[in-house]
Amino acid sequence: MTSNGHRLRIGFIPLTDAMVPLVAADKGFTADEGLDVELVREVSWSNVRDKLNIGLFDAAHLIAPIAIASSLGLGHVKVPIVAPFGLGLNGNAITVSPGLYAAIAAAADGNITDPTVSGRALARVVANRKAHGEDPLTFGMTFPFSTHNYQLRFWMAAGGVDPDEDVRLVVLPPPYMVESLANRHVDGFCVGAPWNSIAVDLGIGFILHFVSEILERAAEKLLAVRASWAGENPDTLRRLVRAHRRAAAFVEDATNRDEVAAMLSAPNRVGVAPDVIRRELDGRMKVAPEGTVRVSDRYMMIGRNGAARPDPAQAAWLYAQMVRWGQAPLSADFLATAKAVFRPDLYDDAIEPEAANPSGEPTDGIGAFAGPAFDANDIVGHLSAWSIRR
Amino acid sequence: MSAPTASALQIVIVDDSPIRAAILEEGLREAGYTHVVRIEGTGNLLARISVIDPEVILIDLENPSRDVLEQMFQVSRVVKRPIAMFVDQSDSASIQASVDAGVSAYIVDGLKKERIKSILDLCISRFNAFSRLQTELEQAKNALEDRKVIDRAKGILMTRKNMSEAEAYDLLRRTAMNENKKIAEIAQSVITASEMFK
Repeated sequence: MTSNGHRLRIGFIPLTDAMVPLVAADKGFTADEGLDVELVREVSWSNVRDKLNIGLFDAAHLIAPIAIASSLGLGHVKVPIVAPFGLGLNGNAITVSPGLYAAIAAAADGNITDPTVSGRALARVVANRKAHGEDPLTFGMTFPFSTHNYQLRFWMAAGGVDPDEDVRLVVLPPPYMVESLANRHVDGFCVGAPWNSIAVDLGIGFILHFVSEILERAAEKLLAVRASWAGENPDTLRRLVRAHRRAAAFVEDATNRDEVAAMLSAPNRVGVAPDVIRRELDGRMKVAPEGTVRVSDRYMMIGRNGAARPDPAQAAWLYAQMVRWGQAPLSADFLATAKAVFRPDLYDDAIEPEAANPSGEPTDGIGAFAGPAFDANDIVGHLSAWSIRR
Repeated sequence: MSAPTASALQIVIVDDSPIRAAILEEGLREAGYTHVVRIEGTGNLLARISVIDPEVILIDLENPSRDVLEQMFQVSRVVKRPIAMFVDQSDSASIQASVDAGVSAYIVDGLKKERIKSILDLCISRFNAFSRLQTELEQAKNALEDRKVIDRAKGILMTRKNMSEAEAYDLLRRTAMNENKKIAEIAQSVITASEMFK
């Protein structure tokens, strides 16, 4: 309950990485904190954003760049949003059609699990299509202000493909991604779990990359609340963060994962088969229709290695991508506003302090496969490293 | 751009419910908006909308394709003109109303807000009318179900207790009154009990 005693409404999109708020409520962790939570399943990020902005939701499972765009007033109404808790790092993947996979493999001069190799191969495929007068390749992503959009662009641009000139990027709601790949409206996409696995299981897609191969640490979804709400409900916020922390620890415990997968498979939650969710939780992913498995302990990180504590460097990186691709102006004020969306202080206020930079993690907090180390105070430096930008 | 007259406004409706889309279209036509196009299905939505080149797009909030429309806010070569959502910061009452009603409107930049307000108001009232219609339909369906249950219970009482139809109904009615329940609920208990005694 909030300070005025009403029920907390939390909006979510049915994706595997909504697991922390879902588990927090369904396992009774929020109730243990004295909170009465109602989870509301939504169909579009626009709806989640608007309902959070106008107060129909108290909190939401939200893609990190939307929280930043909302705080900056980009693309829509300006409503300052803060995130006291990160719902996970990584978890997205780039999936391509069998035809494009074969073309990339044929054009590659090395192992295509290396994004440097696959990116350069994609550039050759694109050039070849252009030379033959074929239509540009089309890739799906989930939202203009999305991690998926920036991750896809970062990867292809590093390989020499201009994402605005050489290919087409289109927004597709996650539930339509697989169908669009099957009927060839798109040649590939970047989306979160479970949709990559579903495409592979249907035999219509190959997972080319986990996003963790492109960026070792990429903030994905946030527990987002209005800044004004956070100010008015500090006690409720602390309770909410504690319940989420408990849920994040619960899902990271391998002995709980069958229970978590079963919980998430309910039709009013994520609604996909438990074994698909289990693969994602374990980072043991089937990447090709014939059954090849790729294992990564970084595929999706929920509560471990500091994943839940919001890191302003992540916000700065996302803002830098908005500037790089012409969505936002470059300004010190905008950078400061973007960073202030990620609130480690609110996290620390609710939870015992943790090591800020856990061992084994990239020192710049991002760990990109290409380009210089990221400096959250030097967006110009980041941008000048790239020739392909707006 | 020059402001089109009301009747010349190109309006696109994106709604997966054909009945509701028809109700909206009819309302808009009655109000003098004759250039209304309904779009169904999800394939290539952006391309299809850009061919129509509308001034206003209305979309049901239950439609996941709403996110596709957000791409039009970006400077895009696919759609000729960037568009903005009708409701802006000064207008949070409108956005609240449109979100509550389940409809959201997008307009092309440059169109006067006041002129679009009437379209949005109309859509909100039509959306609400549609959900009332649905509720009524649901109630009618329930009433029919209730009648079937009551008829079955009457039949059971008539056979078992050798009653006339009027007596059987009267017994159901009196029991419902005494127990402060609906007749259909009592009828259902009679059926359940009778199944158990089979």
